[in-house]
Amino acid sequence: MLKMIKSISAAAVLSVMAITGANAAGGNIDYKSVDWQHTGIFGTYDRSAAQRGAQVYREVCAGCHGLELVAFRTLTDLGFTEDEVKAIAAEYEFVDGPDDEGEMFDRAGKPFDKFPAPFANEKAARASNGGAYPPDLSLIVKARPGFENYLYSLLTGYEDAPEGFELPVGMNYNAYFAGHKIAMAAPLSEDAVEYSDGTKASVDQMAKDVTVFLAWAAEPKLEERKNMGLKVILFLIVLTGIFYAAKRKIWSDVH
Amino acid sequence: MSFEPKNPVVKWVDHRLPIFGMLHHALYDYPTPKNLSYWWTFGSLAGFMLVVQIVTGIVLSMHYTAHVDLAFNSVEHIMRDVNYGWLLRYMHANGASMFFIVVYLHIFRGLYYGSYKAPRELLWWLGLVIFLLMMATAFMGYVLPWGQMSFWGATVITNLFGAIPVVGDTIVTWLWGGFSVDNPTLNRFFSLHYLLPFVIAGVVILHIWALHHHGSNNPTGIEIKDKQDSIPFHPYYTIKDLFGMGIFLIFFSAFLFYAPNYLGHPDNYIPANPLVTPAHIVPEWYFLPFYAILRAVPDKLGGVLLMFGAIAVLFALPWLDKSRVRSARFRPIYKQLFWIFVIDCVILTYVGGKPAEEPYILIGRLATVYYFLHILVLLPLVGLFEKHKPLPASISEAVLDKKPAAEGASNA
Repeated sequence: MLKMIKSISAAAVLSVMAITGANAAGGNIDYKSVDWQHTGIFGTYDRSAAQRGAQVYREVCAGCHGLELVAFRTLTDLGFTEDEVKAIAAEYEFVDGPDDEGEMFDRAGKPFDKFPAPFANEKAARASNGGAYPPDLSLIVKARPGFENYLYSLLTGYEDAPEGFELPVGMNYNAYFAGHKIAMAAPLSEDAVEYSDGTKASVDQMAKDVTVFLAWAAEPKLEERKNMGLKVILFLIVLTGIFYAAKRKIWSDVH
Repeated sequence: MSFEPKNPVVKWVDHRLPIFGMLHHALYDYPTPKNLSYWWTFGSLAGFMLVVQIVTGIVLSMHYTAHVDLAFNSVEHIMRDVNYGWLLRYMHANGASMFFIVVYLHIFRGLYYGSYKAPRELLWWLGLVIFLLMMATAFMGYVLPWGQMSFWGATVITNLFGAIPVVGDTIVTWLWGGFSVDNPTLNRFFSLHYLLPFVIAGVVILHIWALHHHGSNNPTGIEIKDKQDSIPFHPYYTIKDLFGMGIFLIFFSAFLFYAPNYLGHPDNYIPANPLVTPAHIVPEWYFLPFYAILRAVPDKLGGVLLMFGAIAVLFALPWLDKSRVRSARFRPIYKQLFWIFVIDCVILTYVGGKPAEEPYILIGRLATVYYFLHILVLLPLVGLFEKHKPLPASISEAVLDKKPAAEGASNA
């Protein structure tokens, strides 16, 4: 048994190394590391940061980036009241219909709607953005190696290009973007938004806040998952202990 | 112990269709060697994982839409709107990895203790067939979310068939149902992904049938000789397997609840885009050793042949291994070669996930050569020249001999 545990742990360590090494392929940049409140076993989303982040998304990012998988109604998860959710939804206009006359009509957004894409289609988006296509942000935190740290690093990683670096017209230098050439201009500037809770809207603060919000957008069930995991694992430890005791008892007569 | 039911209904049924008697014989008084270590738990765990995958998969398919425009969002619908949908999907996605972990341990256990040797060659073959079916099923399942890795993985793997001389391109077009990986491909993959697990279940029944015909191998590799050597499966191994399953479920839960995307690839959260190729197309971790072998050969056809050859040679193992002693416990040289082979497979896994550049190309080639060297050359030679340690007269003797020694010193 002891030997088996040793063999399995050795194999596990080797395999994890092999797989981690494998997944690291292509992501060789060291991102800035932030101690996010929602990572870790008991991690929960920082509600006030996420609410501020929602404001940053709506006032800055939403101009070019959609959030098409996120329904307004789910914002209550972040501590927004039902009325606040209704008000946020109503900021957006949706085409609905056809009505009884067969006509399409515009209406204000409702909680069951999802954050709309800012452009009618990819061609329109590219036409407005110098040929670049701003991706939907619903899953962006899970869709990039480095996850939260990547997004935060990217948002705070705008610098002057080093001497000799060839930057095409319309491109910007970013220390953390693959190839360092990014079409998106630095999206955040000091006091780009005015936080209602009095927090100073520094670039660093806004980058952190919007990252928390988008982490939630990508993984809205994170708290439910970790909460259930704790109960399940505690239950399994007790159950396995009972199985072990039963096994000892049953096997005591085998010689 | 013969089966004598007391319940009149069971009696009535069993007289006409002896299904209860059969189950009783297979799961209750099946005579099992009394010295099986925890390495023998992985067989029943593999069966358990198949059930987990089928149950979660059936529910997931109730909410999933197999269409190129809708598949990606239907998976996100499961993650966000379906009650406990996130749990089902993470269970299914991580469950595939867990299934492979368990099966790989099960296969390596068979290699270590010579479980493939006569009279268990067909048992070994059926296991390899299950393994092949699992790989096909897992590959097609990974395509279903229709993310970037889904699409490009499908493109790379189906293109392999294009290496076949003369008819290659025709076969690829036939597999795709068109001239690229597209909606017909997704639809047929969904259909087959739903079908194959039930084929696996059928082969599992044959696998267990063949197993029970000659009984389980055991750490000594010596057959059961008399009553003293065996114990009934129930309650001894049911409880031992349940304990093993408890430990395994804790391990599974750690991934499921705390690192559900660790074994996945971030690119698969980007919707499939035929116009944008990911920087590195990497298959799921359980395919990496074979991917490394594929890429070790500069020629496409050669790589494909070698990759399939890596599994084909396993079918010949019962005849390549010339030793009449089963268990590595009594084979000092084979035992060391076994562990080198394990390390070789880990190296192949590592290289398979790395970009095709030096030094990984060279390491991959050396590891590939060693893989075949081990199976085709070293194994037959060792069997001929190795002097094995003295074998115990029976399982009972081996167990009693061991008792006075420290318990942890066993070869478990």
